[in-house]
Amino acid sequence: MRAIHPFHGGVHLAEHKTESTGTAIGWMSLLPRYVVPLSQHIGQPAIPVVKPGDRVLRGQMIGRPTGTISTAVHAPTSGIVSAVEMHPVAHPSGLTGLCVVIESDGADRAVEMSGIDWRNLDPAEVQAHVRDLGLAGLGGAVFPSAIKLQRGNAARIPTLILNGSECEPWITCDDMLMRERADATLRGAAMMRHLLGADTVLVGIEDNKPQAIAAMTEAARQAPFPVEIVAVPTLYPSGGAKQLTRLLTGLDNPTGKLSTEIGVQVFNVGTAYSMYRALELGEPMISRVVTVTGHVPRPGNFEARIGTPLRDLLAAAGGDLPGTTGHIIGGPMMGFDLDDARAPVVKAVNCIIAKRVEQFPPAAPAMPCIRCGQCAQACPAELQPFELYWYAKAKDFEKTRRYNLFDCIECGCCSYVCPSHIPLVDYYRFAKSEIRAHELDAQASQAARERHDFRTFRLEREKREKAEKLAQKATTRLDSGAVAEDDPAAAKKKAILQAAIERAAKAKVATTPQNTDNLSPTVQREIDAIEARRQAAPDDAAATGRQPTEAP
Amino acid sequence: MNGSPYTQSANNSVRITMIKVLVALIPGIAAHAWFFGPGIWVSLIVCSLIAIFYESLALVMRGYPQKPFLSDGSVIVTAWLFALSVPTLAPIWLYAVGLLFAVLVAKHLYGGLGQNPFNPAMVGYAVLIVSFPTYMTQWPAPLQLATHMPSLANAVDMVFAGSGSISIDAYTLATPLDTLKTLGRAGQSGTEIFNQPIFGLIAGKGGEWVAAAYLLGGLLLLGNRVFTWHVPIAYLASVALTATLVQAIDPSQHANAWFHLFSGGVMLGAFFIATDPVSGSTTPLGKLIFAGVAGFITVMIRDYGGYPDGVAFSILLMNIAAPFIDTYTQPRVFGHAKGGKVGK
Ligand code: SF4
Ligand code: SF4
Repeated sequence: MRAIHPFHGGVHLAEHKTESTGTAIGWMSLLPRYVVPLSQHIGQPAIPVVKPGDRVLRGQMIGRPTGTISTAVHAPTSGIVSAVEMHPVAHPSGLTGLCVVIESDGADRAVEMSGIDWRNLDPAEVQAHVRDLGLAGLGGAVFPSAIKLQRGNAARIPTLILNGSECEPWITCDDMLMRERADATLRGAAMMRHLLGADTVLVGIEDNKPQAIAAMTEAARQAPFPVEIVAVPTLYPSGGAKQLTRLLTGLDNPTGKLSTEIGVQVFNVGTAYSMYRALELGEPMISRVVTVTGHVPRPGNFEARIGTPLRDLLAAAGGDLPGTTGHIIGGPMMGFDLDDARAPVVKAVNCIIAKRVEQFPPAAPAMPCIRCGQCAQACPAELQPFELYWYAKAKDFEKTRRYNLFDCIECGCCSYVCPSHIPLVDYYRFAKSEIRAHELDAQASQAARERHDFRTFRLEREKREKAEKLAQKATTRLDSGAVAEDDPAAAKKKAILQAAIERAAKAKVATTPQNTDNLSPTVQREIDAIEARRQAAPDDAAATGRQPTEAP
Repeated sequence: MNGSPYTQSANNSVRITMIKVLVALIPGIAAHAWFFGPGIWVSLIVCSLIAIFYESLALVMRGYPQKPFLSDGSVIVTAWLFALSVPTLAPIWLYAVGLLFAVLVAKHLYGGLGQNPFNPAMVGYAVLIVSFPTYMTQWPAPLQLATHMPSLANAVDMVFAGSGSISIDAYTLATPLDTLKTLGRAGQSGTEIFNQPIFGLIAGKGGEWVAAAYLLGGLLLLGNRVFTWHVPIAYLASVALTATLVQAIDPSQHANAWFHLFSGGVMLGAFFIATDPVSGSTTPLGKLIFAGVAGFITVMIRDYGGYPDGVAFSILLMNIAAPFIDTYTQPRVFGHAKGGKVGK
């Protein structure tokens, strides 16, 4: 038995798992229309490679990856591209995104698909393949998988962790996947293991999923490589990558570093399964298992094609029952409200919950923070959430940063336990977005300044070089005596040249200090000004102590 | 708009916490009534009503809704802690003055619930002991020693009319801490002092049992995770240690650790006052420092200071230091090398 290394805090939640585990993973009938967003993850959106009117086949690439953090997207079925347009997407911001709309032709014909010889191919080639097949993490963060398969500077990544913890209430897609597709999942793990050079493979599963544990243990027994199935105590958020790493290895992922620095890489079990389909069968990521649960007549899990409109997915579970008050995408702890059910399933969507008021009552009114510290006791990141709240509310973002706001994983434990019912995580999201926006602003203006300075420098340099060249030429000619001394035209030319040389010399004097020496002082001044502003704010706050701005 | 999480733990609110605290105080109150007479009920009710009045007034003046803030129960906790810290059966104006400072000044002038740097009940107590020291020594005697036991009717009389049909001397007596201080100053030896009838098994007659009942209530709260162990344990340990050291230096004049633990406000302070999260330290190490130093100051005031008890002053002093202590005792954040001072 592997020793379990508990993490700090966490909360016990009502599980609501059995609602959706009564039936096997269901298959959806073919829909007349799919809407495939080109941006399904952090990083750069894919670039559309089809246009309205194009015929596409299932599995055909319709969006090409671009940049480092990017993956491809593919057609979920065969048909005709009817539009490439902005469409509502499932995103916390409730905004629209660029989507490829495909009208299916009903034939569901596929492109030629074949697996690759991943054991013998160059790892870089396999990674390119993974990227072209659109693989991204299915656990929630949807990070492009190809990048996570790189070893970085390390010779190898010794420990591969498969995350089957699924700690959020209601969600059961990983549970069902492990029950039904344990073999294939471990085959995917074998590929990951090979690419990373891992020797230890651990699968962490919360102990409230005995059937998944049994199925995976059985598959592990048959697997041609050593893999340990570890039951971890059911305690939210054991499925956080850092928490699971701690649980299984006792290692803490240093803040701001990749887990590979401590020799660990974590993949969701669903990602491993997709890896198998991709490398063994050549199938791109065009579907995933999604839990449909809550206030619907037949809650369960469905293999849903990417691009399936969520209302069609809900319909597969019988549709919303009367009294449905809305939908959550993801789990109740970290999910978000769905604004528009026309939004499609994307790789990030693991669950949709139809809400009813008895199970999801409106949030109790927030009372003042009484500094009881229950949030700190619950926080798996070992933060002081009430301090973060305090400074986020006061818009003292510098202080929130000093209290390590960016170590917050937005798990919601603090909000969950707060006796004053303060929507703490909302404040953290707000503070983070403000800080990011500010940094982007600063970066943009810095870049603009540099661009401007460089352009001035370049123009001056070009002018100077041109003048110098011209002068050079003229001097040579004058010296060679090709032009008569008394030629007025030549004299005039010479005068002009002389002036140009002088101008160039002057320009040199003027430009040099401006463009090189002055560059860093300008930046320095800007930095100083920002620093001064930053200093001023926290000092004010410190002087007044706990600021009396809140309700009594 | 509220984002996730979309669920909150049930049975958890400021109000429920406050009710737990009130329930945990009941054993101590009951012991008090048993050993010192039913007058405590009168002062608890009177103090609660005055405090609610002030709270309501403050809410009106500050433009806040009455219902959510009155029903959070925090002002009742303040009222009870105050009532249990000042002499029972004092005239009503004394309560009114003390609670004025507790509720209006210490709580609402600083911004209300969650914002007060000082424990409101202790501010009320401190104002009274500084301004009206004589009234503050008139504690009822334990029943076995009282020549006349005031009935409930007497108690109402005394609280509302300022005096009753019986003379003050008939039912009050210097507390053990007072006795220790005055007789010690008069040069009596420890043995002589502790032979006074006011002393019981280990501390004051009756009072030691009340303290034991507070301890019981406090342990209930601890078991219920209303607070962590750090503050009460550090406070009591520090009181015991300091008392033992002081006694080792000069055994003739000073009481032992047991006496200190079970007399005056130490038990009430350890579990119900120093644990006040709003005015105390919030980090684990900070709590240990906060309570440890408070315990030390408590005994120092008792043994060498001008006031018989030091619980209130020690906690108020540490209230000042709490934000500072917190800044320097931040726990290690997950994935960071170490904690300590708030980061740069
Ligand atoms: S749990 Fe809520 S009330 Fe308690 S300290 Fe944290 S934010 Fe404040
Ligand atoms: S949301 Fe952030 S602050 Fe709150 S418990 Fe989770 S990690 Fe801690």
